[in-house]
Amino acid sequence: MPGSNGGASNGTSVTFLEAIKQAMFEEMERDPAVVLIGEDVGVYGGAFKTSEGLLERFGWERVIDTPISESAIIGAACGMSYCGLRPICEMQFIDFIVCAFNQITNFVAKGHYLWNAPAPMVVRGPSGGGVHGGPFHSANPEMYFVHTPGLKVIYPSTPYDAKGLLKAAVRDNNPVLFFEHKFLYRRIKGEVPAGDYTVPIGKAVVRREGIHLTIISYAAMMHTSLEAAEALAQEGIEAEVIDLRTLLPLDEETILNSVKKTNKCLVVHEDTKTGGIAGEIAAILCEKAFGDLDGPLMRVTSLDTPVPYAPSLEEYFLPNAKKIFSAAKELARY
Amino acid sequence: MKKELTRQQYLDLYYYMRLNRSVEDMMVKLFRQNKIVGGLYSSLGQEAISVGTAYALEKKDWLAPMIRNIGALLVKGVRPRDIFMQHMAKYDSPTKGKDGTSHFGDLDDLHIVSPISMLGDLIPVMTGVAMAGRYLGQKTVAMTWIGDGGSSTGVFHEGLNFAATQKAPFVLILENNLWAYSTPVRKQVPLANLADRAKAYGIDSYIVDGNNVVAMYSTAKEAVERARAGEGPILIEAKSFRRMGHAQHDPAEYVPKEMRAYWEARDPIALYEKFLTSEKLLDARDKKEIEEKINALLAKEREFAENSPMPPPEFAETGVYCTGDDCHKIRAKWERPIAEVTPPRSSVEAVWTVPGFGSGEGSRGANAPMHFGDTQAAETLPAGAGKPAGKPPAKVTPQKTVKTAPTGASRKARR
Repeated sequence: MPGSNGGASNGTSVTFLEAIKQAMFEEMERDPAVVLIGEDVGVYGGAFKTSEGLLERFGWERVIDTPISESAIIGAACGMSYCGLRPICEMQFIDFIVCAFNQITNFVAKGHYLWNAPAPMVVRGPSGGGVHGGPFHSANPEMYFVHTPGLKVIYPSTPYDAKGLLKAAVRDNNPVLFFEHKFLYRRIKGEVPAGDYTVPIGKAVVRREGIHLTIISYAAMMHTSLEAAEALAQEGIEAEVIDLRTLLPLDEETILNSVKKTNKCLVVHEDTKTGGIAGEIAAILCEKAFGDLDGPLMRVTSLDTPVPYAPSLEEYFLPNAKKIFSAAKELARY
Repeated sequence: MKKELTRQQYLDLYYYMRLNRSVEDMMVKLFRQNKIVGGLYSSLGQEAISVGTAYALEKKDWLAPMIRNIGALLVKGVRPRDIFMQHMAKYDSPTKGKDGTSHFGDLDDLHIVSPISMLGDLIPVMTGVAMAGRYLGQKTVAMTWIGDGGSSTGVFHEGLNFAATQKAPFVLILENNLWAYSTPVRKQVPLANLADRAKAYGIDSYIVDGNNVVAMYSTAKEAVERARAGEGPILIEAKSFRRMGHAQHDPAEYVPKEMRAYWEARDPIALYEKFLTSEKLLDARDKKEIEEKINALLAKEREFAENSPMPPPEFAETGVYCTGDDCHKIRAKWERPIAEVTPPRSSVEAVWTVPGFGSGEGSRGANAPMHFGDTQAAETLPAGAGKPAGKPPAKVTPQKTVKTAPTGASRKARR
């Protein structure tokens, strides 16, 4: 069970994983239209135990264990959402979301535009590398979906945001993909307030104020970027760090306001380089802040390869604070 | 065909089949006048399937059509003008020009889910619709169709298997029209009867003459009521033939002449007319009356469709997202006490209780024992076990409770 108080948060510090569990628990408690559907989410409580205790409290009709059929999970959730339910789908690992790619991008995402059919559903699951999960348990597939009109894509970095954004996603009338970086699940803790709150979808946040350059990041790399920013501060470079939180819709205003102040922009993401969100941000800056730029947009990303398994290979593959530090120093010289 | 419906029901079936064909005939004319923007798909010769099956549904039930189920839409209450305007990409069409053909739906009133062109995707979606109806206490049934071609997709399997495990009130009509575009069914599936696929999911199935509208209706009616009663999903294979090509552009020269001749001689409307006449349910005057009614209706509907404007170009930019309550008020319609699904009444012990565990209830105990020494060996089962013939599953072994041992988070637990 999510705590002896029945899952209600009490304003204490919780892990990222606990925040997600609390969000689901509280939303299911609040609204019987909310159901959870996925592989091993019931009796077992989810591969990472994010749904532990939900079956006991809400029963078989609302916590639905499924066969290994991602397309059936997404499809059935879509059908449920047409009838006024608000299903949360769990992908056991977010890597497997691509098994339901057609169902998400062609069925779920296009319904409102084509035939006025909203699909209020959430697809969530553990994503990201750094835990030696290998090429099929470490993916960051967010950009496949950021390229799909009709979806919203969230990728939070703190327990507070994870809980508030997941609640907002459940209440949203659109299909929302919610990526949970598994490296953060048990490694970070943060305050969540007692009582109900949501975090608005589509709003970035400035995590650290600075004047010399803007570092834009999200998810686990947001923490790595902050670490690099501290090191940069030792050398007199004050980086402003923006946490995107939502990738679709992208908060252009926060990005532009920051870059107009610092005149330099470095994008850091764990997703691979080609076709990553950095490219989109570069295009936005060229279109809307070209005259404000004092240097090239730079990016620190994973390599354009699958995620390798061996720790030595994966560490080489991933961005880290050192790589961010070097890139930022180079950019600051302009 | 034997007499078992009311006269009005017989005449309804006739009316909708004639309407189905007349709507499509009119669309062929519109197509030849270049008034149809995209492709045009025909259900010529398959009208009995769409009409007979959809007629078995109640108003509150849900359906999702495929491209050749214009008849099902008409039965459910869609106006011919909407079908014309969809094809003509008009602004007054249900999708306001954003999509064509039968790709439209109505969540609030008619309970129709729009199809997409990727085959099989409707199966899990309608499974979810069926599960939601059950969860909300609405006692609704969901129905969709799939072709012989579409039955080879992965999502057909995922969807039907999931529906079966959930015992969802869902009826799937498998329209075996012998051709998937240019590929004959024998090149797609090494089975004499596609209904045999149901066995793999532990669900019941029927095989019906798809050109016999009364048989289609009465079989679908039985299936719908069994599904509604909680017996789980049912598959109906309707054997028929696609008389036109895949779409208007396709002359279908790959179809053997004898095959076409065989089926043309078994036109579902002609067969049904013969039956109605011999049973004295329809005379020449009734027939003329129905024809005049349809002609008058369609002339009006066509006129409306032709006069509808094309969508303004900038309309392309609107409607990707639902903006909230001002756009859609999404509220589940509960027809059962909410207390049943909220704590404390919803609380359960988190353990598996699996009836007939190890013997495969769906296959009527015919599987070999899998895990437990206390299940009967397959060879000792009575002859005929595991050969269902449209009967509900027999009760198998007593319940067994398996308690899982909760452990720490496991990664890569699958595959």
